[in-house]
Amino acid sequence: MNWLPPLLALLLAPLLLGVINRTKAIFAGRTGQPLLQSYFDLARLLRKGAVYSSTTSWVFRAGPILGLAAMFTALQLVPFGGQAGLLHFSGDLVLLCGLLALGRFATVAAALDTGSSFEGMGASREAFFGAMAEPALYLSLAALVRHTGSYGLSSSLAALAGRNWVDVDPSLVLVTVALLAVFLVENCRIPVDDPNTHLELTMIHEVMVLDHSGPDFAFILYGAALKMWILAALLVGIVLPALSSNPWLNLAFAVLGVFGLALLVGVIESVMARLRLVVVPQLLVVASALAATALLLGVR
Amino acid sequence: MKLEWLLVLLVLSDLRLLASGRLGAKIRTVAAQGVLLGLVPLLGSSGYPDAHAIAIAVAGMLIKGFLFPWLLLRAVRETRVNREVQPYVGYLASVLIGLAGLAGAFLLSRQLTPLPGKATSLLVTAALFSLFTGLFLIISRKRAINQVLGFLILENGVFLFGAGAMGELSLLVELGILLDVLVAVFVMGITLFHINREFDHIETNRLADLKD
Repeated sequence: MNWLPPLLALLLAPLLLGVINRTKAIFAGRTGQPLLQSYFDLARLLRKGAVYSSTTSWVFRAGPILGLAAMFTALQLVPFGGQAGLLHFSGDLVLLCGLLALGRFATVAAALDTGSSFEGMGASREAFFGAMAEPALYLSLAALVRHTGSYGLSSSLAALAGRNWVDVDPSLVLVTVALLAVFLVENCRIPVDDPNTHLELTMIHEVMVLDHSGPDFAFILYGAALKMWILAALLVGIVLPALSSNPWLNLAFAVLGVFGLALLVGVIESVMARLRLVVVPQLLVVASALAATALLLGVR
Repeated sequence: MKLEWLLVLLVLSDLRLLASGRLGAKIRTVAAQGVLLGLVPLLGSSGYPDAHAIAIAVAGMLIKGFLFPWLLLRAVRETRVNREVQPYVGYLASVLIGLAGLAGAFLLSRQLTPLPGKATSLLVTAALFSLFTGLFLIISRKRAINQVLGFLILENGVFLFGAGAMGELSLLVELGILLDVLVAVFVMGITLFHINREFDHIETNRLADLKD
């Protein structure tokens, strides 16, 4: 039943955004949009036609497709609920990081292709923060590999299975915190980027996709949801490794964990203000420092 | 196992001290470090801690966790300096240098073990890293309160090393050092106050151009 987790991800990923938005709405005392709003948005966008500016080239059209394809491939690598990923081999975590970077590159290239100065600004920020988030991600994964002694994503998360919560290794806690920071940065959530803002000067991810319309924009939204699911699955795999021997129960726990993380993100977004842009690199360096400490603890 | 958590927390607090510019937050972090350090002699001994360990833990926690922060927070309030504006080495660079120092401490502690007593290699690492952090803060910051804090962190490293490596034999030595540090912090606090009153600042780099 290796095929089930990717299928679940494809079906449920847009719901993550609904859960985050509902959590924020409850905190703010609003009713909020329907939980399924992202699905409605996707359906509406797919029915529309796309508008292309005459200044754009094939790079602009390829961006959303390439981004979605990268996320789709990355999804097959991630183990979920004790099930290994559809693709798994030694060293696949480097491929995972590479695919995340490729998705970012596609969005950035498409944004630069429009020639809009605002989109260029957003692209520059996205590239900068992405470059700062990558060491934290790589160091976290390296610490994980060092801790479990196996180089594959699926096998190293499987090695964590059956771990008890009482004498958990400090390095795993450090990795979890570092990965949470990476999760927030990569998914453009609040301490770094505000997904609701529509002031071009402060936007990062949203400003890059302003010129996309119709199915292209649907691909981008869906790709972003898949990316969130991928990183959430990684985090949940570390915090909630396969606890029981029943695969269905493990799967249910993992799904609950992912939506629990969405709830946590909603809470973080409700109680925290956005960081100033100059402070974001500090957050990422601190995340990298935590991951590096975890790695040093493992190498010792 | 619990000792390991404590030591990881100490290492993280050192990293936070390197990353932070706010003096109040730094003083509180050093205070937390003092309380954590007080727990080390209690956790390190197997079974129930003896009277010596309890005495040194209580004295250490009271002096480092409450007396020093109170003195230093007062100094911050009176000199009206609450953050380091332009350190010689920026905060991000400090964290990166600190990580290099941490790697060095891991390497060195591997060379140094086995030590007598209950010193694990992680304890030696945390002690060496505290020494490194203290020395680095002393040379890389301008406001004189940072030099006092660096001195305290340095002493925390020495205390940790002593508590782990030497066991109960070092009780008298530790208490002696604690007393010395207490006097030193008193004197430094008073000096800070006087420097501030005379020159309206406590920047160490500008003290260098004083000529009579």
